[in-house]
Amino acid sequence: MHTLVLTKGVPDFREGKVSFDENGHLERGKTPTVMNPNDAHALQAALQTRVRHDGRVSVMSMGPPGYKEVLQEAMASAYADDLYLVSDREMAAADTWATAITLSAAIEELGVPDLVFAGFKTADGETGHTGPQTCWCLDMPMITHAVALDVDEKAGRVRARRLVEGDIAEVETVETDLPAFVVVDPEFEPSYRTARDRLTLKQLRATARERAESYEDVLTVWDHADVNVDPDYIGLDGSPTIVSSVDPIPKPPAEREATMVDPANEAEMRAVLDAMRPFASDAAAAGGD
Amino acid sequence: MTEHEHYEAVVVGAGPGGAAAAATLARYGIETLVLERGVEAGSKNVSGGLIYAEQSAPVTVDDLFPDFREEAAERPVTRYYLHNVAGDRVETFDLGRLHDHDTEWADAVLRRKMDSWLESQVHEMTSETGGGLLTGIRANGLLRGDDGEIRGVTTDELDPIEADVVIAADGVASELARDAGLMDWEDPGQWFQGVKAVVDMPAETINDRFALSEDEGAAHLFSGDLFSDVRGGGFLYTNRDSLSVGTVFHLDSLVAEEAEPHQLLDALLTHPLLAQWIGEDYREREYAAKLVPDSKKVALREPHAGRLLVVGDAAGQMQAQGPIIKGMNHAVTAGALAAEAYAQAKGRGKPDRAGRLYAKKLREEGVMDKLRPRGYDLVRTVGERDDVTEVVDSLLTSRLGRLGVRALGGNLERLYGSPRLAAIVPDTRTPYVTLPTVIAEELGTRVTETSRVEPPSLEERIGELTYDTDVGNPHIVLVDDSYEASGAAITACPVSAKGFGGGCYREELVRTNGHEERLVSLDTQPCVECGTCAVVADTEWHHPSGGKGVVFDEG
Repeated sequence: MHTLVLTKGVPDFREGKVSFDENGHLERGKTPTVMNPNDAHALQAALQTRVRHDGRVSVMSMGPPGYKEVLQEAMASAYADDLYLVSDREMAAADTWATAITLSAAIEELGVPDLVFAGFKTADGETGHTGPQTCWCLDMPMITHAVALDVDEKAGRVRARRLVEGDIAEVETVETDLPAFVVVDPEFEPSYRTARDRLTLKQLRATARERAESYEDVLTVWDHADVNVDPDYIGLDGSPTIVSSVDPIPKPPAEREATMVDPANEAEMRAVLDAMRPFASDAAAAGGD
Repeated sequence: MTEHEHYEAVVVGAGPGGAAAAATLARYGIETLVLERGVEAGSKNVSGGLIYAEQSAPVTVDDLFPDFREEAAERPVTRYYLHNVAGDRVETFDLGRLHDHDTEWADAVLRRKMDSWLESQVHEMTSETGGGLLTGIRANGLLRGDDGEIRGVTTDELDPIEADVVIAADGVASELARDAGLMDWEDPGQWFQGVKAVVDMPAETINDRFALSEDEGAAHLFSGDLFSDVRGGGFLYTNRDSLSVGTVFHLDSLVAEEAEPHQLLDALLTHPLLAQWIGEDYREREYAAKLVPDSKKVALREPHAGRLLVVGDAAGQMQAQGPIIKGMNHAVTAGALAAEAYAQAKGRGKPDRAGRLYAKKLREEGVMDKLRPRGYDLVRTVGERDDVTEVVDSLLTSRLGRLGVRALGGNLERLYGSPRLAAIVPDTRTPYVTLPTVIAEELGTRVTETSRVEPPSLEERIGELTYDTDVGNPHIVLVDDSYEASGAAITACPVSAKGFGGGCYREELVRTNGHEERLVSLDTQPCVECGTCAVVADTEWHHPSGGKGVVFDEG
């Protein structure tokens, strides 16, 4: 099985890493770039496929040369056999449409894999467009919000459990032919039910970090000519999206004080319940359950 | 039967018994899968802390793992003392001779460090023969065929696994040995319970206070009246940069005296005798507890059933006789013998004979005689009768007895040093409490120091432990919550205490229809998985799922 994971570098929005100026604008230069957190689930889905069905895992990203480290992070955090960075000045300032065109061209250059995995939206743009649009360009069947996966290699089918409308309360099972495109939900749980799978996983994980040290040995960088796309259809020129303005989100009106309570601590929980009681009594009188 | 994943051998548990079994199987080229329920081997294990290599043993841990002492152990025991205590009077015996008897070496160990090192060795060895070691997998029972015969194991995390041989090295609370009907946990008289504090201390301070060099270590044992009438004793072993200080008691005695294990440990920690070693700078790294089978009573003479071979604590192979406490070495020997038995039985084309061959090896290699000394059963019939204990104790404490103790004087040390005598010491108050007390009173000298140790409270001790709680899925269910059935757990559980609301077991008064009922309630969150309550209370007792529950850092 050949699987491909699409990933993107995003600003590290974690406390202590991210930097904003006084107007609340992100300071890109002062904020480190990391792998989009949601893509970790896509990598887990690819790792599960690799463990269960052997084969090869490729990871691809479109972005500036600095994204090499994002690919390295992906390789170290889960697993990858080879890495592809699609990078070129012509591709700069692309919207999701131009990105999808570029990525789909790169995937065709790579040779369409059995399964393409993408994460559920990026932490910066949050559109959730790139994956599905890339899939559309490739004319592949698509499963979104996948939380569990099962591949029947012989039959050439993939079966997934997915959240209907992204709702955790409603799960359906869907099936399609390979090759297929799967957008992996953050609720995705890899499943390894045999000892052999667990041992394979253990072995792959044990070497992942070490192998990622020399990631450049397995890294291929492509420009627009390598993937056969017309510069007019990619980058800023190929992006129909117009961003008119960006408004900073106003700060919350008040700084509230938070008290951390350990739910296992009876005394602390009692204090919480005591504080809630005056509100609860009204609700009880109103006949809530 | 449906198609299952198959390994030639499955070993459950990656302690010393499981490690020895797996390493031996791998040496025979056998495809071996090892399942360990902890996040890492050693994270579920507690021991007092001495591992022996006996001269008479067919296999020792360093035979199988040559770098063991250097990589996995703490200090060797080069000095060995027994302190007889009565109040602040102490008479110390040098038991070097008893310690040296049949001992090639003995090292202090901490189980997280030791077992995790064994884990990496075993994984490497078993990987080479097509298997490997998995952590975070809890075997919860035996897989049986339609005919009821044992076929393999079932786990919480994986689909059932078939095997030609299953070696259960899943510890004192072995779920496999119980599933096979080989062990039960009904009688508190068959068990000991130990609690231990690992005390932080820089190596130089240890060298200084115990008068040791870098490569020397000391073992100190304590008996007498410092634990009131509870039958048992204390120990202190030196590690590289910590001490293991603990107490071990007969579980039936703990229950009868309604003693709190953590308080008995504190009685030892704060005794003036220990003031020479620990003081104001007392810092406890970890509080831990363990149930210990009494091999004299429970070691299985035929530790097998069908394809299942049981080794170590799971088979009751824990020798605690007088001052001798040996478990891990027997687990190693048994693990290796079980593996050998399977390999040889298979070589003769009769793998189903593995169990019987294993039991035969335990007998022929002298292991069973150590675990169940013949002399003990003889002495026991007379020596453990209550009326006999009364007579002996009153004689000992009489003027005549005291005269005798005084007359024996230095010879007592020699008698205590007799391995044969140690093996047949009856399990009564006499050797644990009365005799040492009389010895200390008659021959002892007064300790002039005062203790400055302030041990942490039970609440603080629990607070320092690491747990990965399986929320909403408690591993122990209280079947009968009446005080009569399960009240003993409130005191005997090492993480519960009378009047303490933060432990596992609590007493609750429930008013119904005008009368008050005394009930017991259970919260498994602080559980250290020792198994005590399985014996003293009416529970459905299981281990938590793989990786869940308490995580010991020292062990």
